[in-house]
Amino acid sequence: MPAVSKGDGMRGLAVFISDIRNCKSKEAEIKRINKELANIRSKFKGDKALDGYSKKKYVCKLLFIFLLGHDIDFGHMEAVNLLSSNKYTEKQIGYLFISVLVNSNSELIRLINNAIKNDLASRNPTFMCLALHCIANVGSREMGEAFAADIPRILVAGDSMDSVKQSAALCLLRLYKASPDLVPMGEWTARVVHLLNDQHMGVVTAAVSLITCLCKKNPDDFKTCISLAVSRLSRIVSSASTDLQDYTYYFVPAPWLSVKLLRLLQCYPPPEDAAVKGRLVECLETVLNKAQEPPKSKKVQHSNAKNAILFETISLIIHYDSEPNLLVRACNQLGQFLQHRETNLRYLALESMCTLASSEFSHEAVKTHIDTVINALKTERDVSVRQRAADLLYAMCDRSNAKQIVSEMLRYLETADYAIREEIVLKVAILAEKYAVDYSWYVDTILNLIRIAGDYVSEEVWYRVLQIVTNRDDVQGYAAKTVFEALQAPACHENMVKVGGYILGEFGNLIAGDPRSSPPVQFSLLHSKFHLCSVATRALLLSTYIKFINLFPETKATIQAVLRAGSQLRNADVELQQRAVEYLTLSSVASTDVLATVLEEMPPFPERESSILAKLKRKKGPGAGSALDDGRRDPSSNDINGGVEPTPSTVSTPSPSADLLGLRAAPPPAAPPASAGAGNLLVDVFDGPAAQPSLGPTPEEAFLSELEPPAPESPMALLADPAPAADPGPEDIGPPIPEADELLNKFVCKNNGVLFENQLLQIGVKSEFRQNLGRMYLFYGNKTSVQFQNFSPTVVHPGDLQTQLAVQTKRVAAQVDGGAQVQQVLNIECLRDFLTPPLLSVRFRYGGTPQALTLKLPVTINKFFQPTEMAAQDFFQRWKQLSLPQQEAQKIFKANHPMDAEVTKAKLLGFGSALLDNVDPNPENFVGAGIIQTKALQVGCLLRLEPNAQAQMYRLTLRTSKEPVSRHLCELLAQQF
Amino acid sequence: MIGGLFIYNHKGEVLISRVYRDDIGSQAADSAVFSSSGPFLGERLGGSVRNAVDAFRVNVIHARQQVRSPVTNIARTSFFHVKRSNIWLAAVTKQNVNAAMVFEFLYKMCDVMAAYFGKISEENIKNNFVLIYELLDEILDFGYPQNSETGALKTFITQQGIKSQHQTKEEQSQITSQVTGQIGWRREGIKYRRNELFLDVLESVNLLMSPQGQVLSAHVSGRVVMKSYLSGMPECKFGMNDKIVIEKQGKGTADETSKSGKQSIAIDDCTFHQCVRLSKFDSERSISFIPPDGEFELMRYRTTKDIILPFRVIPLVREVGRTKLEVKVVIKSNFKPSLLAQKIEVRIPTPLNTSGVQVICMKGKAKYKASENAIVWKIKRMAGMKESQISAEIELLPTNDKKKWARPPISMNFEVPFAPSGLKVRYLKVFEPKLNYSDHDVIKWVRYIGRSGIYETRC
Repeated sequence: MPAVSKGDGMRGLAVFISDIRNCKSKEAEIKRINKELANIRSKFKGDKALDGYSKKKYVCKLLFIFLLGHDIDFGHMEAVNLLSSNKYTEKQIGYLFISVLVNSNSELIRLINNAIKNDLASRNPTFMCLALHCIANVGSREMGEAFAADIPRILVAGDSMDSVKQSAALCLLRLYKASPDLVPMGEWTARVVHLLNDQHMGVVTAAVSLITCLCKKNPDDFKTCISLAVSRLSRIVSSASTDLQDYTYYFVPAPWLSVKLLRLLQCYPPPEDAAVKGRLVECLETVLNKAQEPPKSKKVQHSNAKNAILFETISLIIHYDSEPNLLVRACNQLGQFLQHRETNLRYLALESMCTLASSEFSHEAVKTHIDTVINALKTERDVSVRQRAADLLYAMCDRSNAKQIVSEMLRYLETADYAIREEIVLKVAILAEKYAVDYSWYVDTILNLIRIAGDYVSEEVWYRVLQIVTNRDDVQGYAAKTVFEALQAPACHENMVKVGGYILGEFGNLIAGDPRSSPPVQFSLLHSKFHLCSVATRALLLSTYIKFINLFPETKATIQAVLRAGSQLRNADVELQQRAVEYLTLSSVASTDVLATVLEEMPPFPERESSILAKLKRKKGPGAGSALDDGRRDPSSNDINGGVEPTPSTVSTPSPSADLLGLRAAPPPAAPPASAGAGNLLVDVFDGPAAQPSLGPTPEEAFLSELEPPAPESPMALLADPAPAADPGPEDIGPPIPEADELLNKFVCKNNGVLFENQLLQIGVKSEFRQNLGRMYLFYGNKTSVQFQNFSPTVVHPGDLQTQLAVQTKRVAAQVDGGAQVQQVLNIECLRDFLTPPLLSVRFRYGGTPQALTLKLPVTINKFFQPTEMAAQDFFQRWKQLSLPQQEAQKIFKANHPMDAEVTKAKLLGFGSALLDNVDPNPENFVGAGIIQTKALQVGCLLRLEPNAQAQMYRLTLRTSKEPVSRHLCELLAQQF
Repeated sequence: MIGGLFIYNHKGEVLISRVYRDDIGSQAADSAVFSSSGPFLGERLGGSVRNAVDAFRVNVIHARQQVRSPVTNIARTSFFHVKRSNIWLAAVTKQNVNAAMVFEFLYKMCDVMAAYFGKISEENIKNNFVLIYELLDEILDFGYPQNSETGALKTFITQQGIKSQHQTKEEQSQITSQVTGQIGWRREGIKYRRNELFLDVLESVNLLMSPQGQVLSAHVSGRVVMKSYLSGMPECKFGMNDKIVIEKQGKGTADETSKSGKQSIAIDDCTFHQCVRLSKFDSERSISFIPPDGEFELMRYRTTKDIILPFRVIPLVREVGRTKLEVKVVIKSNFKPSLLAQKIEVRIPTPLNTSGVQVICMKGKAKYKASENAIVWKIKRMAGMKESQISAEIELLPTNDKKKWARPPISMNFEVPFAPSGLKVRYLKVFEPKLNYSDHDVIKWVRYIGRSGIYETRC
């Protein structure tokens, strides 16, 4: 670019700026600016034309005033005039003013675009560059629209100067980032790739940036860039530091370009061509070798540039994840950095190693650095580095070193920063569970965790302990003993009390034999903590007490006294009061048998992915997921505990109490007589049946809800959590069988029947729905005489269905004898409207060959239909309210079945809507209404079916308050006639 | 209860810092991040107080938007400030103080400083900072204002260096007994050869008028300032044409009521110097006092009724197209032709996109001041019942800004030799029972000055 000659310096501008700088106060500054503005205004207004120099000077002053924070509302025209000047400095100032001050909706934009167009068309490279810079700086949509087509042409034109090409590439990149849709893809894309071969390094650098951005969108279009990038990279890497002259930075040849090329390569999988691959591997090796060489300079810039390339190389190696040799070398290189003086290098090394740990090839190599990392966790001064160390420890953990890592993390937890404590707690909890061989170790670890960092132990963590203890017979006794001991500490955390209360309530009997932990001792120990706890914990403890009455009848009198105490019976908190009242009554009226049934030990929880993991993922964001999931890729560590591994007890048939624990609002078919009795009694207690309905839940329901474990801390809360991630992912199950849709259609209007049948297996369905809840019984009949092995039916939610529908399955036996039938109960809750039905995947082994079958579960949105009766008048009023075009769905179709009014009526009723007579003036037509009940919302729905017997056609019109629902229902129903 | 007092220069550097209570500071500045403090802070300030100091600087002096409220709350700490040219005085407190009291104190503080070293400027404050600390020690005790009477202060805080060698014990004890005595504002034994007395009635008249000449709001705030050079302990009695007093007296003679009814004025509210016996004012509505020696402000008052508006401004603004504006302003003087108004200045705001101005005026000088975005028209003198006119052509630069010009009001400054409120001094009697001079021997001077306050006319 032409240098600014001395004569071009603007004296007036310099004087003005120094005046402003010398102003003593804000007021003085404003006065000076007002004066200058008036001066400029009078100059611009003046009749005689200004010469280019003064125009430039005044525009410059205006720009300066604007940048000081004052509004400028004139001078744009003068700036635009400057654009057409032939002098570089004048043009430059004009463009500067425009890129800072002109907003896109200005009326001047046409003039500006014209000037830019002229400059782009000129042969003068500096002018072209200025114009390109202006386009990039403004970068608005309008600019994009005007020039997006021209710039690629300039970029690939054979006669463009290097500097112009460079600017054009960067300008295009800017426009592409701002509005990708405006940049047309075309034949130029192929030629852009060849810019990688350009002589000029600046052009190559700019082009790589552009290509990297473009290829993320259309990787296939730019595939050819791989080989070019590799050859370019190898030329740079192998060149001596003096070869590239201007592009050598502190003895490192073209570091920026190298880094960008490496990044570009990370957009693609490893090259398939062996020659290219060989050359790339050679490059990567050279980079790794160079890292070992002694530095050519002591300057920090030299090592920074070198390390930048190295780290990018390592991330490429990790990205490819296919060269064991390179991975191990990268790991060793990072290992050296772990003890480097530079904190930043240590941080980067820990971070990169975290990803390396997830590769099967380098996992072992990473593990060798465990001591260094543990040391880093303890001694690093910077909290962010410590955090990375903790991440790495988590990532490198496997069966062999779990105990060491968990104990180190626990030790660190005592001194850890508050900011990362919760995360470490979660990590410890997950690792302890995942790699626990010995569950007593697991229980110890978690209790330690609560002891050390009780405040940071989230609910999920201690829910999980309870789940695991409940599901494993072998640790129950040990757990009871350990919590009992832990509770003896003079001050223990509330979470400990919760865990203790629950475990002792369930398994206290296992340690009752020891006189040191006899029932009264257990009770008094728990009760000594009672007064220090929050309401939620107290509620839990009250439930524990009633369980004690069942477990240890000898404590009944003491506990009843406690429940009867005024502080409980008349507690200000209604939850505690209700519990005290109901438990007291229950303990006094129910016989021991009833009590034993009601307060039976909790059934095992279904195996599922730990909710802690989900929480950790939420906490870290999606990016961290890969590192956290590393266990899946690590062959030595998978499926120790996470897999489907039913314990013997889980196969037992559901006990009545388990049923009681089912859905609260569902009809309690298996409710023991005691509950009804107690319900009546409750009515008595509440003095007068008339008052009873107003008390909220009906006595039965109240009682049922009462018998659930205390709501806030109950494992039921876990079950309600709609994240059954332990289900095999959708990729594990095959696509639904071709007939699945047809089979599903059969069930749109009916609830019972045979869902599927082949020569091996028959699946029958019986279902009932009420409001947004449903219960489905699936009967699996083995039609052969051979036993099915590993029989496992699972329900899968494709897409985001799990946020819409909660399906809770009961486990079935893994073997189905020949000719036998097993039953599976599904509890279904509709959370919000959904379109696709859940999938039922059945897998089993028949005579040694694995069989898999995927069906659509006959749960469609209309199952949650509640018929609504209404008068004609109401109907039409509502019909009119739903008059938006998107609320209506209409379909005209040919009848597939004979048109029989009675059959149609039955189908409509089966569909779920109420049939309204005397609404439609034409008696041939059918009109229905209903409400779809979901947990989140209710969708009102009106339908009208007009049969046309002559044409054998139907017209079906549906109006609901939600558009997708209208369309979906319309399609479902149309297939029925 | 003022917690502390800071004086800043325009850069926000602390010139004077005096902390009376420990409660300020600690939390005051948690809200913001602060850079290093000014060079005059020294080591005297603890970290917590520095926070308060910095909080004010960051949030008020250097605030992005100009702070208009004189009271600023930062982190539950209140900052009361007044500004004198480039100097900021800020009183800081964490308690719920009487804000009017704090401002009264700050104004008094300014008066005291002005009485000691003239203009309040950075230079003067730096040169007198020992004196200022001495004054602050005296006039504020644990955050409670004390005697701030300049005359009394000057008896024991002097600028002439150490005088104690010459001062006898009696003199010192005399000062003590005077300052702590009943009449703290005057010492005994003052002797003048000529007993003289000056009385100034200073009024400022505020007005907002609609373009059509309708008075939207008008009030006069006035002060009676007295300069007394009287011997001994004279008892003075001041009388004016207060409506209540006149009517009370007029009850006896009905004709007098009708005669003087027009001349009496209704005073909305008034405040007095501490020397005035308020009990007597309450019971008899007579103003009697023993004056301090030298200059003091006897009373302050405000009136809103029957105000004589000395000038009337008649604006005429015409927009000719988008690029031209014609302004014609006529001022009319509205008082006795024998009186002369002085220092008349009319300020006509111009639009922000003014590119040129041509002015023609019959009288005085007019100039377009670009730095203030206004045409300033100055007239030295103007007699009553006259009128004068200015016309201006303003050229505008077309802008792409669609906003219309807001047309700020035309403002005016002047000085007239009468009281626009109509206040008249009826008498000022002096009694000195001990010394042998009577009311007639005292030479009395009375002067009325009416000035413009905010005197604006919309256009």
